[in-house]
Amino acid sequence: MELTGADIFVRCLADEGVEHVFGYPGGAALHIYDALYRQDKVKHILVRHEQGAAHAADGYARATGRPGVVLVTSGPGVTNTITGIATAYMDSIPLVVFSGQVATSLIGDDAFQEVDAVGISRPCVKHNFLVKDVKDLAATIKKAFYIASTGRPGPVLVDIPKDVTAHKCEYEYPRTVSMRSYSPVTDGDPAQIHQAVDLMLSAKRPMIYTGGGIVLGEASAALTELVRLLGYPCTNTLMGLGAYPATDPLFVGMLGMHGTYEANMAMHECDVLIGIGARFDDRVTGDLNKFCPHARIIHVDVDPSSISKNVPAAIPVVGASGPVINEMIRLIKASDRKPDKEALVAWWKQIGQWRAMNCLEYDRESQLIKPQYVVETLYDITGGDAYITSDVGQHQMWAAQYYKFDKPRRWINSGGLGTMGFGLPAAMGVKLAFPDATVACITGEASIQMCLQELSTCKQYDLPVKIVNLNNRYMGMVRQWQEFFYDRRYSHSYMDALPDFVKLTEAYGHIGFKIEKPGDVEGALKEAFAMKDRLVFLDFITDQTENVYPMIAAGKGQHEMHLKPCKAVVPTDRELA
Amino acid sequence: MRHTISMLLENESGALSRVAGLFSARGYNIESLTVAPTEDETLSRLTLVTSGSEDVIEQITKQLNKLVDVVKLVDLTEGQHIEREMLLIKVNAGGATRDEIRRAVDKHQARILDESETTCTIELTGTSDTLDAFVTAVSRAGIIEVVRSGVSGIARGENSLRV
Repeated sequence: MELTGADIFVRCLADEGVEHVFGYPGGAALHIYDALYRQDKVKHILVRHEQGAAHAADGYARATGRPGVVLVTSGPGVTNTITGIATAYMDSIPLVVFSGQVATSLIGDDAFQEVDAVGISRPCVKHNFLVKDVKDLAATIKKAFYIASTGRPGPVLVDIPKDVTAHKCEYEYPRTVSMRSYSPVTDGDPAQIHQAVDLMLSAKRPMIYTGGGIVLGEASAALTELVRLLGYPCTNTLMGLGAYPATDPLFVGMLGMHGTYEANMAMHECDVLIGIGARFDDRVTGDLNKFCPHARIIHVDVDPSSISKNVPAAIPVVGASGPVINEMIRLIKASDRKPDKEALVAWWKQIGQWRAMNCLEYDRESQLIKPQYVVETLYDITGGDAYITSDVGQHQMWAAQYYKFDKPRRWINSGGLGTMGFGLPAAMGVKLAFPDATVACITGEASIQMCLQELSTCKQYDLPVKIVNLNNRYMGMVRQWQEFFYDRRYSHSYMDALPDFVKLTEAYGHIGFKIEKPGDVEGALKEAFAMKDRLVFLDFITDQTENVYPMIAAGKGQHEMHLKPCKAVVPTDRELA
Repeated sequence: MRHTISMLLENESGALSRVAGLFSARGYNIESLTVAPTEDETLSRLTLVTSGSEDVIEQITKQLNKLVDVVKLVDLTEGQHIEREMLLIKVNAGGATRDEIRRAVDKHQARILDESETTCTIELTGTSDTLDAFVTAVSRAGIIEVVRSGVSGIARGENSLRV
């Protein structure tokens, strides 16, 4: 039987196993929305802004590992998703974005709500398609899901003109897809892995440095086995947190600009660096000329273009993290050689001395609420088992430093693009995927206002996430940089004219708490998290002068960390009033 | 260093813009770029001349290979290969300069395609260096227009770029 393009679209999603679509209707997508109305397999979540749809689908994908799906209309519908698409692209998150387009006969005419969606999204998608014929629709959708979710994952956009959704053809969803121009690798080259293992076993001061590639490759269990088998220290990037259990003694914390003293010093002093599924980003390496000066570097990545991009690798291995780590484990177990015990004892002794600096210590006697204390308390009362999303800035770093993630896919943040406004819609996506899980969004008063309208979506679909607002009345990270590098000229970083978040949340039909004293933090969190079926907005009025430490200034080496929490000199609310 | 990279590309709308966009987005140089369909109408052949350090060239080839529309790629500079470029040039050829032009045409084995009272239009195919030399040779006469095709390249001997 012949079906319309719109019906084919919906059938494709159902056959692909898609349960949820985040979207917003509009003219060019109306045939598709009509087809959605006439079925009950695919559930549509109506967001309040298309950026929210992209972030929600992204959060859904990060938590589940399955591609997130977005449906929007042409023109502003699709341009509003671009920030969300770029966010997913930078963090290699599988997303399939469907955009309506004006009819093929109108393309290029500057028609109403026409925009070149394929052109405008090109630099921030893994691939994109314009479907010009209904006969190509099903095959294109199949390809889109395949490309998004294989190899190094990423967002794929499919632009569908309105007439294509009205035309009819026979429907058959392809079972398989093969593309001559796209064949992602999985297994690494055995000879390269062999060499890598030889170097690993020769190390005196080894360091295992892993990133989001472990999470994306579902290689967390394999990594944990490898690290324990070797007894080597392990650090995770911001994107890799949870890939190795943070409470394990072999874990030395996050590395990079706001990483721990022990992680960064161990990177700087190591003689063999084993990088897996991490891309040597500038926030990790600092000054490349000072990066790991003593180390021979092994770099495992599924994307060959990540290898030797910023830092040359002595032993490159192109392959997916899981299969490569498993092969490493097999070779190590079969080898006569064992890790150098004596050297390791000395190395761990050195790391222990760095650890003893206690770089994450903060003032626990303060009369003001310390943001670190809120995150630590949140960790305690959620048993370390919540899904935590975050926005971008100081609160994001404190969440990364003080919430000890033991499992992958629990820490959901915009690492690469650094997108403020990500946290709330992402939390929505997570809660939808796991309705029984505890989901909290750690945010700040600046970030939360960027996608705040999604509180309405949370109400409509009963998504009782918890919002932990670390409200310091500043764009904290901007303020911190202005304090350090702009001679305390706090240009436009003070958040004036803030709304009453409690009343605002109540206006959306949720519950809001304002917490102003350290003594009330624990009680408020307990009360909020006990309300399983309500969204609670916790507005913590925190110490405005708090900075994120340790800190490596941009362009400095990994060993050049600011540790001493010198008291920040910033005008407080009272002085500004 | 100058590199000539040749690739087979899916013959689809937008494929070329992915290649060109990659170069502008990542700040790589393009010296020339030529593209046309092959005997297999689903494939285009693209030759691209770029320059950069070895690290940059390695990134360029990796990033190009990552594009879903790129089917196969070879850096021709890594082996023996042939490069050709075509030049169409219109020069002033009034009075005595015409003989001078003719001598240059003969010397470089170029061809005169069209003549008017005051102009002469010439075709020359060769390496980029040969073309440069010819343009210099006729420049005294006064160049009106220069049209160059950009470099096309192919490997020597039995090496080939096929699906």
